[in-house]
Amino acid sequence: MEKAGIVGVGQTKYERKKDDTFAELVFEACTGALTDAGVGIEDIDNVITVSNDFWDGRTISSMAIQDAAGSYNKDVSTVEGDGVFGAMYGMMRTLSGSFDTTLVVAHVKGSEGNMNLITNAMFDPIYQRKLGIDATSSAALQARSYMEKTGATEEDFARVSVKNQGNGVNNPYAQIREKISVDDVMKSRKISEPLKLFDCSPITDGAAAIVISNEKGMKRFKKDPVWILGAAHFSDSYTLGYRDLTNSRALEAAAKKAYDMAGITNPLMELDVIELADAYSYMELLWYEGLGLTPKGKGADLIRSGATAMDGELPVNPSGGLLCAHPVLVAGLARIIEATLQIRGEAGDRQVKGANKALAHGINGPCGQAHGVFVLGS
Amino acid sequence: MENNAQKKDEQELLTVSSGEMFQPYDWSVGKFGSKFLHELKENKKLFGSKCPKCGRVFIPPRKVCGQCYVAMDEFVPVSDEGEVYVCAIIQFGFVDPETGKQRPVPYGYAFIKLDGADTCLTHFVDSVDPEKFKVGARVRAVFEEKRKGSLMDIKHFELVD
Ligand SMILES: [Zn+2]
Repeated sequence: MEKAGIVGVGQTKYERKKDDTFAELVFEACTGALTDAGVGIEDIDNVITVSNDFWDGRTISSMAIQDAAGSYNKDVSTVEGDGVFGAMYGMMRTLSGSFDTTLVVAHVKGSEGNMNLITNAMFDPIYQRKLGIDATSSAALQARSYMEKTGATEEDFARVSVKNQGNGVNNPYAQIREKISVDDVMKSRKISEPLKLFDCSPITDGAAAIVISNEKGMKRFKKDPVWILGAAHFSDSYTLGYRDLTNSRALEAAAKKAYDMAGITNPLMELDVIELADAYSYMELLWYEGLGLTPKGKGADLIRSGATAMDGELPVNPSGGLLCAHPVLVAGLARIIEATLQIRGEAGDRQVKGANKALAHGINGPCGQAHGVFVLGS
Repeated sequence: MENNAQKKDEQELLTVSSGEMFQPYDWSVGKFGSKFLHELKENKKLFGSKCPKCGRVFIPPRKVCGQCYVAMDEFVPVSDEGEVYVCAIIQFGFVDPETGKQRPVPYGYAFIKLDGADTCLTHFVDSVDPEKFKVGARVRAVFEEKRKGSLMDIKHFELVD
């Protein structure tokens, strides 16, 4: 089968209220990825941009960043969704043979709009939006149903925040770099019970870019690629009331397909590191189950065991994850970048020793409606 | 009779209004936009950015020359006079997003090539006379008395000569 790999990565530092315009952030991420790949824009055959009109505050938001994305005189297309889906599309474009190399870039400035109103607008305007439901209040409902079904506690959720914020200290790109305790989480401001401030990811600005190449395009690059061993995505029902919020079957399906492609039968044993979308602390436990790391309903046992800590058998989110920086849309590409750096052995203080096989995960839609999974390896 | 009964049972098709909802934003304009808007407000001066590779001057200024794919970091002054690159006389009104009031019609709209710039600035022109307001006509910026750091600090352009 034709293969594709990641040959360049670039990201801005993630912060709240960055001064640069989002086009400037896109330029920084793209030129960073090209420099990392050791090529110029002329070596890029096509460009995929990832953006969202509501976050940018303009329609056809992708058009505002075309020069900054280097798409002058190139074929360009756009994904409105998490960066992991942009990477999926970029990969397909190289595997199709239409292009040998793709530059994928995602940007967001969460600080410029109103998070509650923007995420409220993803809901159905006739039956749900008028209730004021948004990303955080719907997450609270999902967290509560997970507690009811599995017996997981608020302290279990807090353990995720403690682990990931502890990891974030080692990530120079992270927005939040501060160690906390379970007690700190429990005492933090109530946002939407059972979720408290430290259970919620921050509002973040930033951009990220990757260069993907098929085998034919590889001769343009000097560095060894990080190969895409498996990739898949699935989506669940849009309407929350139609979905079992405690059963992430879309992730289960995506993971299974990606594992099959990568020849993985026991992910807990065979993967060396995972970067996943912990937009809210409890989500990490739910995604453990969807990723098949633990039986259904046992996500809390895994975090309690320490298996996913930096010194555990399968570190999850060495970067600190979304809890330490949540640039919406960019987050999935950032997970792929982190996984790539891990496999290259270039992850600095957050490096997992000898990481050889990594999984990157991204979500889209309320309460993780859609999931995208990449398995990467050297 | 049967027809009427059918009509009685037929549900009228409804719509649901979004109400007064709106989405507020605070867009950062970066280093380039800040320079442009500051000079406009304080000094009634217009600034563009110059590409170090192709030498073109962009107004409003921005960071990236897409064609050369390089960053610009030189600000250059651009005249407040120029010529109409292309124009239109608009007969339909629109609600001014700044004031919420209907703008009077008709009004002139133009892409204006300012002296010293290689790109066009879009703005109003204070003329709806097709004999005078046409491609190649010379125009000059008219500034608002009270300026607040917005493109609307230019009230409009007026025809010169
Ligand atoms: Zn140029």
